[in-house]
Amino acid sequence: MSKTITIDGKTIPFEEGQTIMDAAMAAGVYIPHLCHQPEFTPHGSCKLCTVKVNGRNCSACTYPAMEGQDVLNETEELIDDRKKITQMLFVEGNHFCPSCEKTGNCQLQAVAYHLNMLDNHFPLFYPDREVDASHAEVMIDHNRCIFCTLCVRASHQKDSKDVFAISGRGIHKHLIVNAESGLLKDTDIDATDQAAHICPTGAILIKRTGYQVPIGERIYDHKQIDQVSLETEHLKHGE
Amino acid sequence: MRQFIQGIAENNHYQATRLLQMLRQIQSRYHYIPEAAIEQLAGLLNIPRTQIISVVEFYSFFHLSPRGQYELLISDSITDHMLGKKNLLGYLADKLAVAVGQVREDGVVSLDNTSCTGMCDQGPAGLVNGYALTRLDRSKIDKIAELINQQKPLEEWPSELFQVDDNILKSGLLLDQQFEQGAALKSALKRGIKETLAEIDKSGLRGRGGAGFKTAMKWQFCSEEQQTERYVVCNADEGEPGTFKDRVLLNSYADQVFEGMTVCAAIIGAKQGFLYLRGEYLHLYDKLQDILEQRRRNGVLGNNIQDAGVDFDIEICLGAGAYICGEESALIESLEGKAGIPRNRPPYPVTQGYLGKPTVVNNVETFLAAAGIAANGGDWFASIGTEKSKGTKILSISGDCARPGIYEYPFGMTIQVILNDCGADDVLGVQVGGPSGSFISNQEFDRKLAFEDLATGGSFIIFNSSRNILDMVHNFTHFFAHESCGFCTPCRVGTSLLQKQIDKIVEGHGSAGDVVALEELCQLVKNYSHCGLGQTAANPILTTLERYPDLYQSRLKEISYEPGFDLDGALETARRMANRDDAGAHLAQTQMESEHE
Repeated sequence: MSKTITIDGKTIPFEEGQTIMDAAMAAGVYIPHLCHQPEFTPHGSCKLCTVKVNGRNCSACTYPAMEGQDVLNETEELIDDRKKITQMLFVEGNHFCPSCEKTGNCQLQAVAYHLNMLDNHFPLFYPDREVDASHAEVMIDHNRCIFCTLCVRASHQKDSKDVFAISGRGIHKHLIVNAESGLLKDTDIDATDQAAHICPTGAILIKRTGYQVPIGERIYDHKQIDQVSLETEHLKHGE
Repeated sequence: MRQFIQGIAENNHYQATRLLQMLRQIQSRYHYIPEAAIEQLAGLLNIPRTQIISVVEFYSFFHLSPRGQYELLISDSITDHMLGKKNLLGYLADKLAVAVGQVREDGVVSLDNTSCTGMCDQGPAGLVNGYALTRLDRSKIDKIAELINQQKPLEEWPSELFQVDDNILKSGLLLDQQFEQGAALKSALKRGIKETLAEIDKSGLRGRGGAGFKTAMKWQFCSEEQQTERYVVCNADEGEPGTFKDRVLLNSYADQVFEGMTVCAAIIGAKQGFLYLRGEYLHLYDKLQDILEQRRRNGVLGNNIQDAGVDFDIEICLGAGAYICGEESALIESLEGKAGIPRNRPPYPVTQGYLGKPTVVNNVETFLAAAGIAANGGDWFASIGTEKSKGTKILSISGDCARPGIYEYPFGMTIQVILNDCGADDVLGVQVGGPSGSFISNQEFDRKLAFEDLATGGSFIIFNSSRNILDMVHNFTHFFAHESCGFCTPCRVGTSLLQKQIDKIVEGHGSAGDVVALEELCQLVKNYSHCGLGQTAANPILTTLERYPDLYQSRLKEISYEPGFDLDGALETARRMANRDDAGAHLAQTQMESEHE
């Protein structure tokens, strides 16, 4: 007999070694997340996937599923707090959706819509951050980086390179690239690398492709992120 | 430089786990980490340069751009502030003709603030090239400025500048022990390993870092793991502002602490131990190395200890200025040569710790107590204290009292007794357990020191009625924002938001609703942060807001809307560009302000 947990009262099976996120995804239950992608080692930093496990807050993407866990996911409190965590991500960077070429394909924006985020709530930080357009095909707009480390993990785990790293401490955290000059053009990144395509926001972009798909026909223009996530990430997870 | 870096790498066996120790040497020699050193080291250690840069940029004591040949840091602990730190810092900056946060043009000296250096009983304190300076006053600062301007090497500076006193003012069970090197180990081995663990269990000893996990249970879990390699780590990264007892224990009781670690190693089957010493305690390093060497000579450390077939050695690793490394999994990351970012748990260090192997991490005081228990048995310890908190607790007492220093009390002691002993009058309140602990008011002095009431790692800061509580809250809140590792959103952004929000209220820009917003933010940071730092970062605000709601309200303006930002401040760039600073170039924040003007 397989082991089970409950999420919002619904019984969900899991296998030994699965996280709560794994079990939920497999069962078609969406838990909001940004730093998590099923193909990569879970990181647990964005905290959007926080669920209540037997009364305690845990990150679903890193916390192991264990027999008898009573997990709360879609409570009013959790949804509201996840919205505030999303708002934190918005105010610490410079995210201006209408002028961003990632709009409609952006997971940060899509999660914000999903959580019904209607304003920034917190005061904006307006940090001074740079754009690295040195590379012929790939660019970094540091204004939009949320330090999820997906590019770091993708470069290391999938591309067998170490193009990216997160440096600094606290609010001064920033993305750095592996070149003596500190510029993307001097790294060994290729536009075909997974790391160049994994960014959930518009921080890492492929040049000259921004408007190939018109606004209105983009991933999240007609579907909510929960639906997209369950359709695409569940598939990847099953691989 | 090439030869120097090559030598360092060689001495460290080209091990990337030793990165922090190597960077400490480079920083100490060049007063920054030159780009060329990073390139060379990356090649020698076979790691990406980004890994080195991220470590350099994580720790406060490493720099990518040159600091002065004399790197002066002044402690920013609230206790230093209470001793007039702000004035002194200004005086020092004037004397040296260098701005705080800057390097003097000739490159000789740099000056900056640093988090609490653990000298709260003898502040105002600071560090020069990592070495502790104590009891700073104007005459000492004159002297220091003179020495720096003459470019006198540190070895020639008068020793009284570096004098660190123990200030043990009340000793008890642990501090009164007569210790004979090797005796605890001998008893433990004679009694038997299992039996000694049973004694530790019987003693009821709980972790002295503050969290209070049962020591015997931790050791038991670690020993049960199916692994061949295990590690013992002593956490001497005493970064909680107001705590300095580990400094004293390592200065005068290090032999017992090392013996406690060795007993632990014998019980869990570890061959290697580490003492993770906070960088601020560099002054203890040589002395501790000597004690280790002496223990090796005497057959109580190294191979075949006491001819009982126990092999165990201890290495000292220095930190580099990061409070977060006091968190055990961040400490392990740091020991592995990485940025101190707390790990996801489970797995816990007892199952997967240093290099993924089962690891016991305990506080300095815990190992001291364990050595005593191994020698004297569990009852010796358990006969003192309360039901759930056995034994004694060593407190670091500072702030407004006649006799700051080290005090050892049986658990269960009331705050009032402690205040009487250290000569504190007219007390407004006490911060128990440091900024991450709680503030208790003078209505609560019958409360008890114990895990079941006021748990503490040992920090005990006293405030008299002349103090402004909001100054303290402001200092602590800035401390957490500065020390947040930045890994998770709620703490990285939340501690900065808390800082902004508390500044806004303290500076008088708050309006109705701002205190409510502050409390809401506190709960978010507390409930969603990844580790203890974020989970406790809002405690200074929450514990004082609960006790003094009026204090916060009184700072608010009587307007019902919330100005999103400082209107006048936002014009600063424009004023600079237009080279104007007349009245017409300023804006009032609110209608009310304009009316008052």
